[in-house]
Amino acid sequence: MWEAIRANKIRSRVLISAMGGVLVGLGALFGAVYHAETGAAVGAVFALGIWVFLVLVAFAGGDKILLMSAGAKKIEKQDAPQLWNVVEEMTIASGLGRMPDVYVIDEDAPNAFAVGQDPSRAAVAVTRGLLRRLNRDELQGVVAHEIGHIRNLDVRFMTLASVMLGSIVLLSDVFLRSLWFGGGRRRGRGGEGGQAQLILVVVSILLAILAPLLARLLYFACSRQREYLADASAARFTRYPEGLASALQKISRPTGGKVGRKGANRALAPMYIVRPEGFRSLTGMFSTHPPLERRIGILRSMGGGAGYADYEQAWRRNGGDGALLDARTLSGDQSVAARQPTPPPASKKEADETVREVLDVFDRLAGFLILGCACGVRIKVPEGYGKATVPCTRCGRENPVPQAAAPEQRSGTATYQRTSKGWESLRCPCGRNVQISPAFQGEFKKCPTCGRKIKIMQPA
Amino acid sequence: MTAIYFLVALVVIAAILMGMYNALVRVRNQVRNAWSQIDVQLKRRHDLIPNLVETVKGYAGHEKQTLENVVKARSQAVSAQGVEAQSMAEGALSSALGRLMVVVEQYPDLKANQNFLALQEELSSTENKISFSRQHYNDSAMVMNNKVETFPSNIVAGMFGFKREPFFEVQDEVEREAPKVQF
Repeated sequence: MWEAIRANKIRSRVLISAMGGVLVGLGALFGAVYHAETGAAVGAVFALGIWVFLVLVAFAGGDKILLMSAGAKKIEKQDAPQLWNVVEEMTIASGLGRMPDVYVIDEDAPNAFAVGQDPSRAAVAVTRGLLRRLNRDELQGVVAHEIGHIRNLDVRFMTLASVMLGSIVLLSDVFLRSLWFGGGRRRGRGGEGGQAQLILVVVSILLAILAPLLARLLYFACSRQREYLADASAARFTRYPEGLASALQKISRPTGGKVGRKGANRALAPMYIVRPEGFRSLTGMFSTHPPLERRIGILRSMGGGAGYADYEQAWRRNGGDGALLDARTLSGDQSVAARQPTPPPASKKEADETVREVLDVFDRLAGFLILGCACGVRIKVPEGYGKATVPCTRCGRENPVPQAAAPEQRSGTATYQRTSKGWESLRCPCGRNVQISPAFQGEFKKCPTCGRKIKIMQPA
Repeated sequence: MTAIYFLVALVVIAAILMGMYNALVRVRNQVRNAWSQIDVQLKRRHDLIPNLVETVKGYAGHEKQTLENVVKARSQAVSAQGVEAQSMAEGALSSALGRLMVVVEQYPDLKANQNFLALQEELSSTENKISFSRQHYNDSAMVMNNKVETFPSNIVAGMFGFKREPFFEVQDEVEREAPKVQF
């Protein structure tokens, strides 16, 4: 991590100076467009002032601005004890001096990000959807990833970049607009300087379009490697790579509908643990995040280890070339073994199961035929559904609808072979859904609609 | 002329040595801080136990023996002196807590109690924090030991008496199981 931390320090400085250069250059150019003689100098000074202001704002309150723009609310321990505890645990595991502030974003899409200028002045924000979907080990993995960003000083660079980038984009917008509205008045005055001014206008428009693009490119380009590094840190802090892997998998599942856009804006998008919905179009060079499948693949192929060296090896096996971690980090690190998963709290699971069972019985009374798909989804087939199979809503697998065998010619009796001793539903040849309760012991079941007897064969 | 070169070289070497010395001090403080973190977390566990015992008593008062074992193990852990005695006592406390949690399994009412659920989260988190603080201590000790043993910082370490830090070793199997209190 030594290299990564050093690189981030350098990058932060380069970013600030580069932004300064770009701003002053643009200011001079814009100034020259308005006034040929003194405009450039005035514009440059003006831009310098803006730059100083931006740097001050970014350092003093960049984190607060970003958290506010994401709609994050600061919480205390009693609001979300588990999240709070997990952040505390990861603070200890990573050896951060101070526990980051904890924020929650009121949104259903599962996501998380960290901001801050310093490890001692940082914050972690997660969405409500994330808290709802992940178990303790998975939440720990996500928080460890974010704390990894804080430890590696990624957050400093990213916070500065987002705040300064955001304002450059804003300034360019303002300039472009003023140019369109103000341009008409000046055109008539054009004498000898008319042509030169026209060229300047063209160039400055180009720049105004290019500047935000360049800024964005600079800052997207740096953020892919750091995701891998934060994953490596997370594996090492938690000693449990599977936690983060399974969290990423859960997050990557489509949540349905257009969620995720709220709260995430262009300046914030690269900071989230996974790319927020609606930012899919940015691919290739502009991509802010490495493909999730690859991140999951690496975490899952660490072979029982949880150290930096294990991650590096897994990264190579998954098609990474060159070196991810620097030699100093690798040589100074011992190989560490991954721990066992935390057993799930039994009582909660039991309660959930009971609730589901009760709801299922209501659905059965309402005439639904309930099927369990292999992927875990429970499919409810309504009365009158004609086809022999039903596609799963999550995995798309075609599940056969249990059906009573065709009636014999003579007696008119259909037959059905039970597969379990629990609740079962089947479709009568007349189309009516018939339920068999766990208590059913008889030999025949009578269809309530057509009155046909269905012979029930108990499971072997 | 040579005197100036000599002086410059001396200043440079002194600066490098100073940097190494400062780095060693920084790392040693980190190790000490990491060690005290473990104590903080152990103390937290001690503070949680009276609450836990009270809550369990309300539902499973006749599991006297198990509860008494926990209380006894706690008071021994609180009063234990010295690293060895302390880690023995903490190990005993962990296993007493583990047995209590097995007993709790038989009381569905207790398991559904809000107060108990909150305590359970606190306790398992504290167990996690204990093991994470040990983990971080070992991580810091490893950085320290690398510095003490590798060239060139080992020269400075030898000169000023910086020593290897011992790793936190798990005492026995019971203790190894400690962070996994089963609920």
